[in-house]
Amino acid sequence: MSWSEFYDTYGTRLLEATWETIQLSVYSFAIALVVGVIIVSFRVSPIPPLVKFATIFVSFFRNTPLLVLFFLAFFGLGELGLVYSGFTTAVWALGLYTGAYLSEALRSGINSVPQGQAEAGRAIGLGFVQLLTLIVIPQAVRTVIAPIGSLFIANAKNTAVALTISAPELTALSRRMINDAAGTWRSLLTVAAIYTVLLLFVGWGFRGLEERYAIKR
Amino acid sequence: MKMRSSQRLGVVVLTTAALALAACGGDEADEGATTGEAGTEATAGGDGGEGGTLEVGVKFDQPLFGVETPDGVVGFDADIARHIASEMGMEVNFREAVSANREPFLQNGEVDMVVATYTINDERDEIVDFAGPYYIAGQDIMVPADNPLGITGIEDLNNADITTCTVEGSTSLANLNEMAPDATVTTFDTYSKCADAMGQGRADAVTTDNVILLGLADESGGDYVLVENPFTEEPYGIGVPEGSDLRCQINEILQAAFDDGTWAEIYESTVGQVASVTPEPPAINNEGC
Repeated sequence: MSWSEFYDTYGTRLLEATWETIQLSVYSFAIALVVGVIIVSFRVSPIPPLVKFATIFVSFFRNTPLLVLFFLAFFGLGELGLVYSGFTTAVWALGLYTGAYLSEALRSGINSVPQGQAEAGRAIGLGFVQLLTLIVIPQAVRTVIAPIGSLFIANAKNTAVALTISAPELTALSRRMINDAAGTWRSLLTVAAIYTVLLLFVGWGFRGLEERYAIKR
Repeated sequence: MKMRSSQRLGVVVLTTAALALAACGGDEADEGATTGEAGTEATAGGDGGEGGTLEVGVKFDQPLFGVETPDGVVGFDADIARHIASEMGMEVNFREAVSANREPFLQNGEVDMVVATYTINDERDEIVDFAGPYYIAGQDIMVPADNPLGITGIEDLNNADITTCTVEGSTSLANLNEMAPDATVTTFDTYSKCADAMGQGRADAVTTDNVILLGLADESGGDYVLVENPFTEEPYGIGVPEGSDLRCQINEILQAAFDDGTWAEIYESTVGQVASVTPEPPAINNEGC
């Protein structure tokens, strides 16, 4: 099979699978952002049960292999009658998994904001939520743009694990193409090129953000 | 024994490679298998002399065919091997055979015969000899016990409304694509996941070799059944070393067991616990005997 035959045969399916991978990456990361912010707020909050909850959440999702998490969410919840598609399961499992990492990245950002900032905020009468949203998080975020970018990229690549719960994404298609005898290296090279190109743009985007919000020294 | 670090590294690499190869196996029935014990001395030669010990390679992890239990190895393959040994007036000693070590076991004389869901094919026939076949396996379909969609064979799967589950990259998937091109297919990496998926309503049927399906149906405790209408043929043979005169001797014993009903008895007490139909014994290949 020549390259042109290969793309004639698999072009449409490659586009579909790429779109599936993009959707998986974006939806799961959106969930991760929300989860990460909520969990880190809990973590730095003055309320002990919330701190405890956040700690347990992070320990569970950060210390469980993603593959195990996927199987638990897919077959485990399925056993309880909660049957969701591979795609939906992957979006949520990835979102919670990456959210745990994200909350830790955010926490390091928050720790980088000098104590005096929070004290000054309290001195002018800000409550905990205002203090966090007006003073601390805006300053914390700029120091964690680069780690968030890395997490986005890691999250996008982790979507490949969704092939194990039958989500029809790019890596699943590469396996299907290999098994259809379309050539191992050709299939893998094509898929690797798609991931690389997509994520190069993401990397540039985050670099731009980082420069834009850098603290001018 | 002292080794230089480069030698030690070599040993580690080789061992890892060997384990990886053994773990990959060649055949889906080997999931979770480990390498057999190595290093035991080969015994008994292949002469089948009275009173000796017959070393037999069987699967230790293949439900209904060869499973190691505290009371010894049980299953169809194990009982066939016991019958052959007792007809020869010999004791039987079971060794674990996994798909990847069956030919080396025979070639190195580690075992006298292999009865381990061993499909006869041309590549294997070049390096070992096969007695039998003693059983014809084939690709079949497993459905929930009440069979809500009334699936009776491969033709029924050729329907976009019916979701069939199998393992990505398997021969079973290739057969399904060829014989039921309109089927909706979902794939996982193991057949037990397909069974779970069917249990959760994610698939309507599971297809692969009936031997694997029988094991899954057995484990399900009656939740799943086979339609018992295989659409491919895989003859299982008894592997013996190339040129061994055991082959013709085993063929005679098998033929006698087919004729006097011993074979059917063994089948019914093992595989027949799950399958409802006892098949006709296959025709033995006596070429060269």
